[in-house]
Amino acid sequence: MTRLLDSPPSLGALPHVTAEFISVIDRAALVGRGGAAFPTAVKWRAVAQRSRGNAVVVVNGAEGEPKSLKDRLLMTTRPHLILDGAVIAARVLRAHRVILYLGERHDAARAAMHNALTQRSEPECRVVSVAAAPARYVAGAEGAAIHFLNAGVATPTTIPPFAFEKGVSGAPTLVQNVETLARIALIARGMPADSVLVTLAGGVARPGVFELPTGTTIGEAVRRAGGMPETPRAILVGGYFGSWMRPEEAMPLPLDHRAHLGCGVIGVLPSSRCPVCETAGIMRYLASESSAQCGPCFFGLRALADACTRIAEAASDGHDINRLQRWAADVAGRGACKHPDGAVKFLSSALEVFATEFAHHSHAMRLIA
Amino acid sequence: MKERVSLVVDRIRCDGRGVCAELLPELIRLDDWGYPILTPGPVPDQLLALARRAVDDCPVMALAMRQSYRRQ
Repeated sequence: MTRLLDSPPSLGALPHVTAEFISVIDRAALVGRGGAAFPTAVKWRAVAQRSRGNAVVVVNGAEGEPKSLKDRLLMTTRPHLILDGAVIAARVLRAHRVILYLGERHDAARAAMHNALTQRSEPECRVVSVAAAPARYVAGAEGAAIHFLNAGVATPTTIPPFAFEKGVSGAPTLVQNVETLARIALIARGMPADSVLVTLAGGVARPGVFELPTGTTIGEAVRRAGGMPETPRAILVGGYFGSWMRPEEAMPLPLDHRAHLGCGVIGVLPSSRCPVCETAGIMRYLASESSAQCGPCFFGLRALADACTRIAEAASDGHDINRLQRWAADVAGRGACKHPDGAVKFLSSALEVFATEFAHHSHAMRLIA
Repeated sequence: MKERVSLVVDRIRCDGRGVCAELLPELIRLDDWGYPILTPGPVPDQLLALARRAVDDCPVMALAMRQSYRRQ
């Protein structure tokens, strides 16, 4: 048994773990499943080196990515695996606090996590507290989670300091996605971490969460979701922080770091949908989710979304594609967090994959009218 | 090893007043919304005095100089 979703609800007593366990995580090549795919062992080592018995473990179940459902499903159906991972992290990192940071609207997930917690008897579970993550896109980002837990505001802060240096209450802090922690529960019991949770969305017959062996192709994932009833125009790999890809490029990609899987959302855009309108809608969403702290993000994303919308509505003066390219280059890398970078990467992939549609959109719209 | 400094901006503090770009146009330009875009890399020696002035004169203390080291 190597999978999360078909393992029993509880795997029983926790195995003994020491600081050496970080090397085990290293050998398992586990990477974070919140979206950044950062090597988990590196993150743990940084906290372990600084912990004087005062580290904090934040269990990240914010899941703010609109199309992602996998963290919620895991919290609802396998909460004990996540708590296993949290307790192991607390032991290895010598933490004195564990905080469950759970999306405020994920009611079933929160109820399941609460209920599972009451069934636990480890001493670490007595230092667990629960916090409700605001339902905003950036609230699940590491810096935003720490800011919320320290000051009640779920917006990113200037880095450095990093979480492992100065996180919750100024202590070395590990913020770890719930799926990553559940995989820790398996690794600690000698099981391999050789599958990923993905959410299939859009033009597939059976959208939802699937657990697939690492290395399964996107094409196979789509088949598992019942295939595509309609010819696809493009595949969005990695959710709103990911990239549009041509179907023939996306389908053979394996589900691992090579696919830049991000949070694991694979969205299929059917040919009948307008890619420019779709892109404009997502850009408007990302602009509205800026935490309005950094000028280039707040003003830049709004300008980019407005220009996309003008093109989509055939109201462009003809210079908007040039503006999009110039502004995208200007905005990248100029926020305190990665929100503007993700939005610009998403947009740049749209401009590339949908170059024809962007160029001819106003013409096509006039024909329809 | 020679000590070098580069400019960094705290994006959350920055209000886009634009003083830095006026004082140091050699290294700082403004985007369409008035926020600074910094030329990456160390500050050349002949611009150090102007860079310090730009840092000191930032009205919201968003601009700073950070030490960086580069092998000579």
